[in-house]
Amino acid sequence: MLESIDTSMIDWSRAQFALTAIYHWLFVPLTLGLAVIMALMETLYVATDNEFWKRTAKFWMKLFGINFAIGVATGLILEFQFGTNWSNYSWFVGDIFGAPLAIEGILAFFMEATFVAVMFFGWNKVSRGFHLASTWLTGLGATISAWWILVANSWMQYPVGMEFNPVTMRNEMVDFMAVAFSPVAVMKFFHTVLSSWIVGAVFVVGVSAWYLLRKREKQFALASMKIAACVGLAATLVTAGTGDQSAYQVAQVQPMKLAAMEGLYDGGTHQPLTVVGPVKIPEMLSFLATRELSGYVPGINDLLDGGFRQTDGTVALSAEEKMANGKKAIAALADFRKAKEENDETAMQIARSNLDKNMPYFGYGYINEPSELVPHVGMMFWSFRVMVGLGMYFILFFLLILFFTWRRRLGQVRWLHWVALWSIPLVYIASHAGWIVAEVGRQPWTIQDMLPVGAAVSKLEAGAVQTTYFIFLVMFTVLLVAEIGIMVKAIKKGPEEDKAIDGTVQPE
Amino acid sequence: MIGKHIISVFEFYRDGFRNMTWGRTLWIVILVKLFVMFVILRVFFFTPYLKGKSELEKQQHVGCELIERGIK
Repeated sequence: MLESIDTSMIDWSRAQFALTAIYHWLFVPLTLGLAVIMALMETLYVATDNEFWKRTAKFWMKLFGINFAIGVATGLILEFQFGTNWSNYSWFVGDIFGAPLAIEGILAFFMEATFVAVMFFGWNKVSRGFHLASTWLTGLGATISAWWILVANSWMQYPVGMEFNPVTMRNEMVDFMAVAFSPVAVMKFFHTVLSSWIVGAVFVVGVSAWYLLRKREKQFALASMKIAACVGLAATLVTAGTGDQSAYQVAQVQPMKLAAMEGLYDGGTHQPLTVVGPVKIPEMLSFLATRELSGYVPGINDLLDGGFRQTDGTVALSAEEKMANGKKAIAALADFRKAKEENDETAMQIARSNLDKNMPYFGYGYINEPSELVPHVGMMFWSFRVMVGLGMYFILFFLLILFFTWRRRLGQVRWLHWVALWSIPLVYIASHAGWIVAEVGRQPWTIQDMLPVGAAVSKLEAGAVQTTYFIFLVMFTVLLVAEIGIMVKAIKKGPEEDKAIDGTVQPE
Repeated sequence: MIGKHIISVFEFYRDGFRNMTWGRTLWIVILVKLFVMFVILRVFFFTPYLKGKSELEKQQHVGCELIERGIK
């Protein structure tokens, strides 16, 4: 496979995609998280008719607006890359990807653009109820957009609801519901969106803590922290639950990812979960992966060697056997296309039958060495622990905020204010660590078992990809610096009286 | 009736944009970003690899690529 493709070009294309996704994900979770918190604050304003909540909601809307404006459309660059750097992949999955991304685009444009405008410009121009509905619908629009993006991502991890057409060389959707509501997509949606609420909550608590450290806006800061900590605690607990379910799913559909997350080379029954170093929880990994304390969990070597009994009762094939079946699938595809050119119906039917039989292993035909099937174990192991460790830290963090709120001492505990402020970068690290686990863990696959990166990538010059990589690096860094600069300025200014969130002065 | 609604929607957006103060900085950032993305990057650096090919040519191109890379 790799003889005809420059491997550095594959790596640069992967690096470019990773860079873009990482920067894009700096903006998205804050949008999703702040949307809920500011909508709750506006709901309190409408429910209590207390102007304090209006002022509070407006301030967080201003920060939401800055983040939304800077981040909007950065995800489209990923779609540029699909067409240019990953053309084989784009064509191969086009019909599956087209539907979710088209729905996402339409929803994002019409729902978010409409309701964001009402939220920004509509104070005093529409009724309170309509404005409140627009604020909630802004968040709902962003969340529904996230749903479709996550559906597309989940399909790559767990391809269902399609059939490969060897004539068009595309996967064609045969079951929309299977794609849109696959168990992996549903779990990924809740895990990702709820973890984004944690980002929003930590951000609000951290920024509010800064005001307390500066002895400013005490009532505003304490009220914001209380709302955010409630949202954050609920989101953290649900995220822990969906994380557990996600790990169980990974054990079923991407066992190599789980083995890499645990650094488990030789599996077995009664497997412990490694915390760090020699600290292990007996039988916990078996329980997480199989829901039985004695369950069998295959390690990396077991998955490469095969021969163990799988949960469906079949015996696992070795990597070598899968690679041989993959070669058969590709050979059958070549035979099919040749027979079609020659209008040989009989040969087409034979080739199609061989292709269908070996299609589950199609992607393995591009693998040269079994070791290519193992993702980066060190990166997986530590990213997983960073994500889970910080997740547990945030449960404690929100509990502490709520405890001191209950004791009416939150305004005095300066050490906690510093902790809150420095938790802002930590929540972004946790969020990105989660994506590293999800995406590095599925390497070398762009589509699980169907298309590895080496087959998916376009035949470009590595230099061209390097050039655009550095253009993106500069562009995104400028955008990030702009966001942080504008946001810090807005935070320093603080909540304002009688001003719309876009800065316009409007009489009450 | 529909025309009246369209005018009021237009006025809503127009007044909103007109009355902006610091929000203008954000719009400048958005417009510069979209210009860089869609005019510079899309046109000069991110031309779709299969652009200019017919549907049939795209099928053949991807078919050949995926077969050749697998057989080697």
